[in-house]
Amino acid sequence: MRVSAYIKKWFPAFALPTFLAFILAFIVPFGMGLYLSFTKFRTVNDAQWTGVSNYVAALTDGSFLNSLWFSVRFTVISVITVNVFAFALAMLLTKAIRGTNLFRAVFFLPNLIGGIVLGYVWNLILTGILKALFAQDLTYSATYGFVGLVILVNWQMIGYMMVIYIAGFQNIPGDVMEAADIDGAAFWPKLFRVTIPMMAGSITICTFLTLSNCLKMFDQNLALTSGAPNNETEGLALNIYRTFYLLRNQQGVAQAKAVIFFVFVAVVAFFQLRATRSQEVDA
Amino acid sequence: MKNITRVIGVSLAAASLLLGAASCSNGGGGGSSASAGATGSSSAGTSAGGSVYFLNFKPESADKYDAIIAEYKKETGVDVKVATAASGTYEQTLTSEMAKSSPPTIFQINGPVGWANWKDYTADLTNSDIYKHLNDQSLAVKTADGVWGVPYVVEGYGIIYNDAIMKKYFALADKKVSISSAQDIKSWDLLQQVVEDMTAHAADLGIKGVFSSTSLKPGEDWRWQTHLADVPLFYEFSGDKVDLTKGTPATIKFTYSDNMKNLFDLYLNNSTVKPTELGSKTVDDSMAEFALGQSAMVQNGNWGWSQVAGVQGNTVQAADVHMLPLYMGISGEEKYGIPIGTENYFSINAKADAASQKASLDFLTWLFSSDYGKKAVSNDLGFIAPFDWFKAGEGPNDPLATEVTKWMTTSGITSVPWSAFQVMPSQDWKNNFGAGLLTYAQGKADWSKVSSDMVADWAKQAAAAG
Repeated sequence: MRVSAYIKKWFPAFALPTFLAFILAFIVPFGMGLYLSFTKFRTVNDAQWTGVSNYVAALTDGSFLNSLWFSVRFTVISVITVNVFAFALAMLLTKAIRGTNLFRAVFFLPNLIGGIVLGYVWNLILTGILKALFAQDLTYSATYGFVGLVILVNWQMIGYMMVIYIAGFQNIPGDVMEAADIDGAAFWPKLFRVTIPMMAGSITICTFLTLSNCLKMFDQNLALTSGAPNNETEGLALNIYRTFYLLRNQQGVAQAKAVIFFVFVAVVAFFQLRATRSQEVDA
Repeated sequence: MKNITRVIGVSLAAASLLLGAASCSNGGGGGSSASAGATGSSSAGTSAGGSVYFLNFKPESADKYDAIIAEYKKETGVDVKVATAASGTYEQTLTSEMAKSSPPTIFQINGPVGWANWKDYTADLTNSDIYKHLNDQSLAVKTADGVWGVPYVVEGYGIIYNDAIMKKYFALADKKVSISSAQDIKSWDLLQQVVEDMTAHAADLGIKGVFSSTSLKPGEDWRWQTHLADVPLFYEFSGDKVDLTKGTPATIKFTYSDNMKNLFDLYLNNSTVKPTELGSKTVDDSMAEFALGQSAMVQNGNWGWSQVAGVQGNTVQAADVHMLPLYMGISGEEKYGIPIGTENYFSINAKADAASQKASLDFLTWLFSSDYGKKAVSNDLGFIAPFDWFKAGEGPNDPLATEVTKWMTTSGITSVPWSAFQVMPSQDWKNNFGAGLLTYAQGKADWSKVSSDMVADWAKQAAAAG
């Protein structure tokens, strides 16, 4: 038998455990969540059907729309900065410089720290800086919190995206670059006409990952600002959390917000994937 | 090349998206983070006669329960499981624990509003010993149909002061006030004069500020948005004869807004730190400043004593610690003492089987009536327990608990009840008010805006909660 035939034969056996786990941990909760968004409930076992009223309440809630706008602004800025920095670092670290492996490790390390820890650590750092400079702290202005979150997310995600870009750079066939050099292409034209098109696959993945992670961001937001001041630095996920746990009898509304949130992230990610995918070329 | 990238891209995309979808529905359905917040004290909670599982609200007493349940096991052979929700996460933890196959049999509600959330889960305690032995049965959460929550601890708060520093002040030759001891501070005017004069003499007294920092970090602001706010709201409710047994009033007027501002301004302007730095200050910071003698006063309750005593380098002597009422210039406030009440009520899970409900009540009865239990309650948990099982002298003897008892029993003085605690619309309302107070402290909003926002948010949240 050929290898592919083996794979075909044994595929279900190997996929089954993960598939079961996937159903239990993702599909079932998702289905329950969808159902609960149309109900009024206290714990997940005592739901009463209420129809679409939760969706009406969610979409007329000003704080939800504010947090949507916050998440969008945050995501746009962060996707650009994270990818530009990660791409630049990857370019640097694929050149023949001494210690590239060390630098790669250094830049990747922040990614290994959980979001809550990062949030608290950056809270201390930024509070210290603001206190020394202006005798203020992160809660003083929504701008501080916004910029702080962008810095935090950059620090956390650049390393990971860098690794993907490095893999992309290493996959660009040497002859293509050599041909560009021989043709006398200058740095910028070479970057935009040759390198970036060749890297389009990596760019697709990285923009997708940063986009969805920024839209979904929760723990960094909670630990760094937890919405202060006045819920002005509250992302979508944090708003849903607050609605669910801190408001009274609003669990169903929170669940409806979560479904809207899912649809929103999925649609945005779908169009992003389609847009960047169309730029991909073969060597 | 392209195919590999595509396969990786698509699978990453799918995995990541579904992760997002599942995590948001998880956040709805009682996420894993909440249950991670609960830490168990005992592995097994079952015995032949039903099981006892107590979800504890008070993180400060979490480790004290280990010895108590070990002793109970020794005396009766019954295993009790105690888990404690991390600070500020009780509702989350309870929500997710209740949905599990062995939910808590004993849990706590914080008054009529909290009960409204859980009314399908609370058993009638009319015939229970812990209800029958309450000193004052009117304290229980009850309706015409039954008794749903029994208070287990009475607490009081006020302006805690360090008499060693106060004596130093009153010994000053050029002090501006005529009184000569902190005990004579019996009105808002005197409090204000003393505090402002002390600020002028801060260097002589060796303090950084009269009041410890007004902690307004999100999540650390309950001393103001709940405790301080209770006082003006109490006078409003009692003046307007608002019926609080029906739960949250639909609207409030915040009649005594300016009075709250009086005292809050006094805290801000005579403090150890600049008001703009308060957004990063915690209750711990505040208590540490008091313990280290950097401040002379701090608003907190009797639960705070262990915090003061536990600070390394603590300079405060137990004999020097006393409490003042929260005077803020409301007429007639001289007749009132410190706010004393409770927001901690035991409820028994009505959905647990009968044997477990009985075993749970037996445990509570033992805890508050047996010799070992009473000692543990008074000395280890530090609770002033409101049951007639406790005779005089059996209560806790830390200096702040003693102060609370003293204020409670001073003749001619009525305690300010925790009436607003019971009816505040939601935790979110409290948080929003706290955030408002922070913007006021930072000088970004004026008081009238903070005050009117708070009133509007009350009406909105009271309506939304139904």
